[in-house]
Amino acid sequence: PSRAARRVAAPAPTMTHQYPALSAEQKKELSDIALRIVAPGKGILAADESVGSMAKRLNQIGVENTEENRRLYRQLLFSADSRVKKCIGGVIFFHETMYQQGDDGTPFVRMIKDKGIVVGIKVDKGVVPLAGTDGETTTQGLDGLSERCAQYKKDGADFAKWRCVLKISENTPSALAILENANVLARYASICQQNGIVPIVEPEILPDGDHDLKRCQYVTEKVLAAVYKALSDHHVYLEGTLLKPNMVTPGHACPTKYSAEEIAMATVTALRRTVPPAVPGVTFLSGGQSEEEASINLNAMNNCPLARPWALTFSYGRALQASALNAWRGQRENESSATEAFMKRAEVNSLAALGKYEGSGDDSGAAGQSLYVANHAY
Amino acid sequence: MTHQFPALTPEQKKALFAIAQRIVAPGKGILAADESVGTMGNRLQRIKVENTEENRRAFREILFSSDASINQSIGGVIFFHETLYQKDSSGKPFPDVIKDKDIVVGIKLDKGTAPLAGTNGETTIQGLDGLAERCAQYKKDGVDFGKWRAVLKITDTTPSTLAIQENANSLARYASICQQHGLVPIVEPEILPDGDHDLHRCQYVTEKVLAAVYKALNDHHVYLEGTLLKPNMVTAGHSCPKKYTPQEVAMATVTALHRTVPAAVPGICFLSGGQSEEEASLNLNAINKCPLPKPWKLTFSYGRALQASALAAWSGKPENKKATQEAFCKRAQINGLACKGQYIVSGKSDAAAKQSLFTASYTY
Repeated sequence: PSRAARRVAAPAPTMTHQYPALSAEQKKELSDIALRIVAPGKGILAADESVGSMAKRLNQIGVENTEENRRLYRQLLFSADSRVKKCIGGVIFFHETMYQQGDDGTPFVRMIKDKGIVVGIKVDKGVVPLAGTDGETTTQGLDGLSERCAQYKKDGADFAKWRCVLKISENTPSALAILENANVLARYASICQQNGIVPIVEPEILPDGDHDLKRCQYVTEKVLAAVYKALSDHHVYLEGTLLKPNMVTPGHACPTKYSAEEIAMATVTALRRTVPPAVPGVTFLSGGQSEEEASINLNAMNNCPLARPWALTFSYGRALQASALNAWRGQRENESSATEAFMKRAEVNSLAALGKYEGSGDDSGAAGQSLYVANHAY
Repeated sequence: MTHQFPALTPEQKKALFAIAQRIVAPGKGILAADESVGTMGNRLQRIKVENTEENRRAFREILFSSDASINQSIGGVIFFHETLYQKDSSGKPFPDVIKDKDIVVGIKLDKGTAPLAGTNGETTIQGLDGLAERCAQYKKDGVDFGKWRAVLKITDTTPSTLAIQENANSLARYASICQQHGLVPIVEPEILPDGDHDLHRCQYVTEKVLAAVYKALNDHHVYLEGTLLKPNMVTAGHSCPKKYTPQEVAMATVTALHRTVPAAVPGICFLSGGQSEEEASLNLNAINKCPLPKPWKLTFSYGRALQASALAAWSGKPENKKATQEAFCKRAQINGLACKGQYIVSGKSDAAAKQSLFTASYTY
């Protein structure tokens, strides 16, 4: 018989056999971490601003963007007293900050873990263009990601964050942008879990534009459906992940204004149609909303009459830190009032995550000021 | 596709939502009485009754003329086309008999399986041609929901990616067309229990299939709040040597659903797939007691597991009408309790209730 005749045809590619990606112990560890982060009344402090993003923040308060100033600033956030334990379940670090210390030499990672808060790390490497599209992007950072995750895990991190960016315009988001960003999020999530790290999946749809609430809801549903199909295809263990989406809001240039309840209803509806109940928590990004707006909207989510099988909480950067930055203005003598300003927003958002925030009525100052920056890229 | 071209108006959505809620109201499930002529032939042969139109009519009449209180356990009845246009002995059309009991009328809409060339004996479902017109007519004739059964099978090489995609797509097209005509689509992606695979294999395959189904429904702009899901429970294959408890079946099933079925879906109505009447009730009960969060109703859409005892009691004799109705009502009540997690087993074992209703490679 000829060689060809003896050659046995390879079985048709099939995915009907499971090759478990994770052991039962690995799954339990991931699930426990995720549940700790989104325990009732707790959310995330996103303190992972890159050097470039910190430049913008510090510039706004007239402070020079040096490594020392960045260290001093994060120190005052991380020095919050034990009240912070009830409000903050996780802190997302930027790489530089993971390896910095307080004045007394205590590593920041230790300071956070000693408060019983989970340490997270931003692992993406920013956006890159998708050729042939109308200015759309994907996110890079997969190269050597496994080794980086293993190292971060050794160094104290138990969760990670990866941000993809989509934009609503006449021609966007395109099918390619949705597919590609969903795929890259799924690859990142898969690699994280292999290394004992809970992946926060962030498919941000920017608030830029004049589209209305319904348009944002429609796009959000399509994007999230693609994300969860990709996560399923990549065998990601949903109980050991978190989602960090945009709230469903109108575009910033939309003439129609909507109430917090309308935003909540549109958001929760979109999530109910796309996010499987196995996902333990949804930690919203604040996307340029003011501190107060972000709290009021989160509170409205948690009072929405529709059934919500996941925790609905916060993963706020600007919306937790704007007042603190303003109070600090780079002066050491302002440190405790800056820490207190942060603590206040943390407590407010903790209440909002429980649906118990009654609003401050305070429209003035940094809390009410819109934090919208056009075409935001971290 | 960034612009929404609304498939349904708010009024259409509201109407679909209301129908779905009525079918899966607390304590209620579905009687799947939509056996095709061929399938009824199999049933009647078992009790040595001739498969005539009159015999099929007579049996359905006995079930449908049960006391109106059956509506506390039955929220919907799925009809076969022939039955929709039959009448009871007083000349009253069957749909009216059902509607008078405040139960929603449904119709089987698919036209059976068709082979997928190039696969290992896999199939898709036909019935899309002229489906819009058929739905419109059924709606006029009193129907408010539809059912469409896709079939997948677990073996070494199946279900293939093509089979999953193609069946998910056909379910989504059917669902979209139904909703355009005011019918709530029951989406049924049945993974057959044939085979010797274990519980975990079934769970894995079920998760992959359901993920594909919900992606397809999303792609086709189907309004999830106006649909129902009719899946298999996650069980081991029929020739699997390992036996699992109802609690294990429940945990595997709810975990799979938990990972794939959005909370917007109002209800999940399990098919009984060859389980005995008692097994189907025990498993449903365990599912409702499962400690995982369950944001959808978890209830039944049973054919054989609601009718086996009734058929045995009838045996084609009109004088057995009362016994037939009692047998049927008993199973309906038990399943009504099971879908609230309130079924407490009495310890009595009924031969017909325990008898496995498994027929290899079941097709209607």
